[in-house]
Amino acid sequence: MSTILQIIGGFLILVGSIFLFLGALGIYRMPDVYNRLQAGTKATTLGAMSLILGVGFLSPSWMMKALILIIFIAFSNPLSSHALARAMHIRGRFPKIYSNNAEEYDAYRKVEMSEKKEEVKS
Amino acid sequence: MIYVFYIALFFMALGMIFSLIRFVKGPTAGDRTVALDTLTTIGVAAMVLLAYMFHRFIYVDVALVYAVLGFIGVIVIARYLEGAL
Amino acid sequence: MQELSFANKLSRFITSWFFLMLVWIAFTSTYATQELLTGAFVSGIIAMFSVPFFTCCDLSLFHPVKIAYMIWFLIVFIKALILSNFDVAKRVISPALPINPGIVEFKTQLKTNFGKMVLANSITLTPGTLTIDVIDDVFYIHWIDVQTTHPEEAFTHIAESFEKILLKIF
Repeated sequence: MSTILQIIGGFLILVGSIFLFLGALGIYRMPDVYNRLQAGTKATTLGAMSLILGVGFLSPSWMMKALILIIFIAFSNPLSSHALARAMHIRGRFPKIYSNNAEEYDAYRKVEMSEKKEEVKS
Repeated sequence: MIYVFYIALFFMALGMIFSLIRFVKGPTAGDRTVALDTLTTIGVAAMVLLAYMFHRFIYVDVALVYAVLGFIGVIVIARYLEGAL
Repeated sequence: MQELSFANKLSRFITSWFFLMLVWIAFTSTYATQELLTGAFVSGIIAMFSVPFFTCCDLSLFHPVKIAYMIWFLIVFIKALILSNFDVAKRVISPALPINPGIVEFKTQLKTNFGKMVLANSITLTPGTLTIDVIDDVFYIHWIDVQTTHPEEAFTHIAESFEKILLKIF
């Protein structure tokens, strides 16, 4: 039984560390801040969740606290990336767009500044 | 089993190096904050793994507090960048 | 903020007390009587003071049908999370960086704030999409590989599978 748990835990730890590495590589390679956020958020969230779950499988008495950590990471990581993306757009760093009709590909640029700021104050 | 841990720590160290390069190079403050967020998440995962390797249960609490502080730090920097602070 | 009836407040209080007790037991990882009593006391006080702020859920959350839908949502969500990670890995490793980014918008039918937050977080963790802002009921999504800029088609591509489950829960 414990051997099976150890194999599952080791596998999850390896997969998690590889995804953490891929997230960091995506942050290094992607061209602008929104694409970096895409790569960074997804890959590091699943990587950290998988690695912590693997440690929880290796020693089952830690499982409850590992689950708390997993739930916290699953809620907080998308929230911080969302806050950062909105801050960068309000600051005027528009996303890099390869298509010809740039206005159509950036729907958020049409929104009035007052509406965005209203969202900020409330 | 110990070799699995070494391989995982090697990958995590490589990831930390890549995000540190982005942290130093990043043209805008937003890029640096993204790199900081990634560094925090990798650090939390590394702390939990090291807690298991050293058999110290208390390090998991340290990782949890670090995750909370990193999250609050990124939120505060984002609010500052959008001019709401 | 609207005035709440006493029964509504009580059901919110019991729900947040229950979740805070769960967190306490997970932290202490013990079932000794004095620990449980201390946890009940502390989480009761916190739940009492946070009734006006924790507006997300009340006792109707524990309806069996809703719990079944929550488990179904969790399965759909984890599947999307794993798929999105392989998508990101494929894009990052390939030397040419196959991306075509842009921002699209669509409307949602969800009413509660907590439901919108869960939908936004799920969209962020699904393949190739990142929520930038939610103004009232319009979502602005950064899409790493834009296939359509039409709002309804974008909704079908991105959010339909999540929203039809979330509408049953919230």
